[in-house]
Amino acid sequence: MTEGVDTIARPVLEVSDLNVRFPASRDWLGRPTSHVHAVNGVTLQVRGGGSLGIVGESGCGKSTLAQAIIGLAPYEKGRVAIDGEDLQAAQGRQKRELRQKMQIVFQDPQSSLDRRLPVWRLISEPLHIRGGHSNAELHAKAGQLAVAVGLRPEHLDRLPHEFSGGQRQRIAIARAISTDPDLMVLDEPTSALDVSVQAQIVNLLLKLQRERGLTYLLISHDVALVRHFCDDVAVMYLGQIVESGPADEVLGNPRHPYTQTLLASAPSFASPLPTIAEVRMGELPNNRKLPAGCFYKERCGKAAAGCEAPQVLQRLSDGARHARCHLAQG
Amino acid sequence: MMTGTAELRGQALAIHNLSLEFPTFSGAVKALDNVSINVGKAEIVGIVGESGCGKSVTTMAATGLLPRGRYRITGGSVRLFNHNTLAMDESQLQDVRGKMVSTIFQEPMNALNPTIRIGKQLTDVIMRHEEASLPDARRIARDILADMLIGEPERVMKLYPFELSGGMRQRVLIAMAFSCNPGLIIADEPTTALDVTVQAVILRLIQNRARRTGTSVVFISHNVAVVSQLCDRLYVMYAGRIVEHGATRTVLDAPLHPYTQALLRCLPERVAPKQELEAITGAVPTLMHPPAGCYFQPRCKEPVDLCRSRSPQLAGSDGREVACWRRGVAPETSEQGSRQ
Amino acid sequence: MSAVVPSEPAAASPAMRRAKSISERLRYLWYLSRRSPLTLVGAAVILLVLIMIIAAPVIAPYNPDKVSLTARLLPPSAAHWFGTDEVGRDLFSRVIYGARASCGAAFMIVLISMSVGVLIGCFSGVVGGRVDTAIMRLMDVVLALPALVLAMALAAALGPSLFNSMLAVAIVRIPAYVRLARGQTLSLREQVFVKASRTFGASPFYILRWHILPNAMSPIIVQATLDLGGVVLIAAALSFIGLGAQPPTSEWGALVSSGRSYMLDQWWYATFPGLAILITAMGCNLVGDGIRDMLDPRLRDR
Repeated sequence: MTEGVDTIARPVLEVSDLNVRFPASRDWLGRPTSHVHAVNGVTLQVRGGGSLGIVGESGCGKSTLAQAIIGLAPYEKGRVAIDGEDLQAAQGRQKRELRQKMQIVFQDPQSSLDRRLPVWRLISEPLHIRGGHSNAELHAKAGQLAVAVGLRPEHLDRLPHEFSGGQRQRIAIARAISTDPDLMVLDEPTSALDVSVQAQIVNLLLKLQRERGLTYLLISHDVALVRHFCDDVAVMYLGQIVESGPADEVLGNPRHPYTQTLLASAPSFASPLPTIAEVRMGELPNNRKLPAGCFYKERCGKAAAGCEAPQVLQRLSDGARHARCHLAQG
Repeated sequence: MMTGTAELRGQALAIHNLSLEFPTFSGAVKALDNVSINVGKAEIVGIVGESGCGKSVTTMAATGLLPRGRYRITGGSVRLFNHNTLAMDESQLQDVRGKMVSTIFQEPMNALNPTIRIGKQLTDVIMRHEEASLPDARRIARDILADMLIGEPERVMKLYPFELSGGMRQRVLIAMAFSCNPGLIIADEPTTALDVTVQAVILRLIQNRARRTGTSVVFISHNVAVVSQLCDRLYVMYAGRIVEHGATRTVLDAPLHPYTQALLRCLPERVAPKQELEAITGAVPTLMHPPAGCYFQPRCKEPVDLCRSRSPQLAGSDGREVACWRRGVAPETSEQGSRQ
Repeated sequence: MSAVVPSEPAAASPAMRRAKSISERLRYLWYLSRRSPLTLVGAAVILLVLIMIIAAPVIAPYNPDKVSLTARLLPPSAAHWFGTDEVGRDLFSRVIYGARASCGAAFMIVLISMSVGVLIGCFSGVVGGRVDTAIMRLMDVVLALPALVLAMALAAALGPSLFNSMLAVAIVRIPAYVRLARGQTLSLREQVFVKASRTFGASPFYILRWHILPNAMSPIIVQATLDLGGVVLIAAALSFIGLGAQPPTSEWGALVSSGRSYMLDQWWYATFPGLAILITAMGCNLVGDGIRDMLDPRLRDR
């Protein structure tokens, strides 16, 4: 669930008011003079065993959000907590343990696996880093994990280039579940794969979730995949969540104008190619200087009085969803 | 096949039984096996398939874009507006590539020279192929950029490629492709690297312009949904062979080949949330050691004995053909003889 | 989830697989080199030099230091293939034994500068920040030192010897490896698999040991092979000007140097050691180029 309301299970991941910015230019002393504002005040929760999908276009900050959550992008403001424990506040050993409670699966299994290490080493790397296991134990553990993701244990001594893209992604998934994580961040896990293989990976991830009670945060641009895969969805635009709620509600009947555009332009068998007017073409605004008021108003076809004011993500009166648009309410 | 001589004259592109292989260290990779594709004038034709199925190789071979000396054509013919491109040398091909056919690639950054302003790159192409004067070329360039919904074309022409966003660059490239009024545009995954909203616009722009100018388009994509929205007819390729083709609606509404069926069934769009998708088991065969018989047979759910020993030929009627033994095609009727 | 790895077959298969993959690799190398015959030529030269180094006593027909005043400055003949020098030593034997000093020195120089350079470079790249900046500026200073001048200074301070001049050349060569290793480290650090490792909680040392060093090595080895040729030349040059191997050690540069005085009338004296230098340097360069092309991913799958 997003925006913490009536959660049944306790949230595994809590992100509150997260802001991530990167220095875009520096003066001669190395001090930043301007920033790229990648994530601008994101608050979300994922409850245990559930899955939250983050949809948006490139540059909307969804990947940076994933990186900040997993600890690859530093953030100045906000809080990320896993199982109620703040990540930024943790130090040393405790921090490493917290980190191993969440794992990430990257988009391209080609680049996320070191091509010089054999599969058993790749799969057992998180355990190897944790320490305390002999190579024989790691090998045996890697064998179990390989079977769990549908790889053959006799392939453990091979190098990644001997595998197809789908099998490599299975290796990456086996590695991610090796530490029995509570949360898995899936950063476009099927985008680099062929269509026929995508389905295998999606099935595998859903099966692992059922078997192990995993909690997923899925980052994707593919609306159809998110609709299929997630309980809840959050749509991002320019570093903000513009609409969030149960997947069938948000993607079935979008209320924020941006979500409507996004859904209209997603390729589909059911609908014809949208007209250019429907797509509301425009570039994503420059995120070095954030616009005042609603971030979407330049492109919005429904812009009206009131859009100059900053929009807040508020719960709509009908249903469980939130939208960041004052027009969506009525 | 619809390759009667009468029809041939009306074709923009007629690839007939093209077979091609890449010799490598461990043996020849048979990238294309008897591929036949026909693109009529003013027709938008899609080629769908997964990576490595030969969809790009087909059109690159037809336009002479494959690296010389690295491939071998082992059979078949190509007629591009009734010119035999396979017999042309590089300078003739360059001429053909500007005037008759243009290709739009997936990664727009690689196709533009990063050190030259957009305007000059556009006008150079126009001047070379249209023999226009510089002012004329600039006017044509401006018009076509405006046609691609690029606001302030004058300003954009003064920019370098890196100053444009991916979607803008791709629109510039489409402008460049259309600028010489070629009879055929080959769009090779032109929107794969782009966002869906930009993709929708670019597909519309290609479609509008092609319809208005009567340009034929070959649209190569791995995304069946995109092809379904854009194309009149489509070819489905698997492992270097055409497995099915026909009018887009017919093929997608009632796919006949098990591969096409599986390809459509494994999409999450058509299944209830959280339900298991009907994944295609296994992986695409290596084209160095393809399986005997039908290439899809190892992954097929309903193979018969014939599938393992003989490869099915395309057969059907009314511009709708499928290469599958299960579709009631007796071996005799699918022989080569009936197609020539 | 219930299946346990079958331990016996798994234990047996890696060795078999390794053997298979080695023969596969050799076949692949052979395939690649067939398409660039020059690499093969270079490899043959290096093999020849290696044989000379290992089996010098077997190949050389004479003791290289045996003086024979009756056989001074003889032209090449069946008895003395390369002729003799001013005290009647057999030049063929001296050239063969000279390979030990010349190539041994070159090899040591490259080995030292490579290991020191890679260590500093990876450290610099991993630590980053001001330490990195300081190290790189220091390397710029070292880079500005001319090898020969440094060698002369060391020779003046410590006395001329092959070791001192080797040291000088090795020091001057370090920055090239530092830069290369640092560049590799910086680009590898951004690779997704290194990022993944960081999310597992890996320490910088772990990442260096398991991910960066193994992946950074191939370009560094190419650089080392290419360097070898140049260093053979420099070592010879140092000996030629009297800063390297001291007589009566046979070393190619020293041989050319002593042969210089007889250049006009006894052409063979300087020519054969000179050719040895030329051919060895060329061989190293050819092999270096060849390896670089083989490792180049753009050329790989063709």
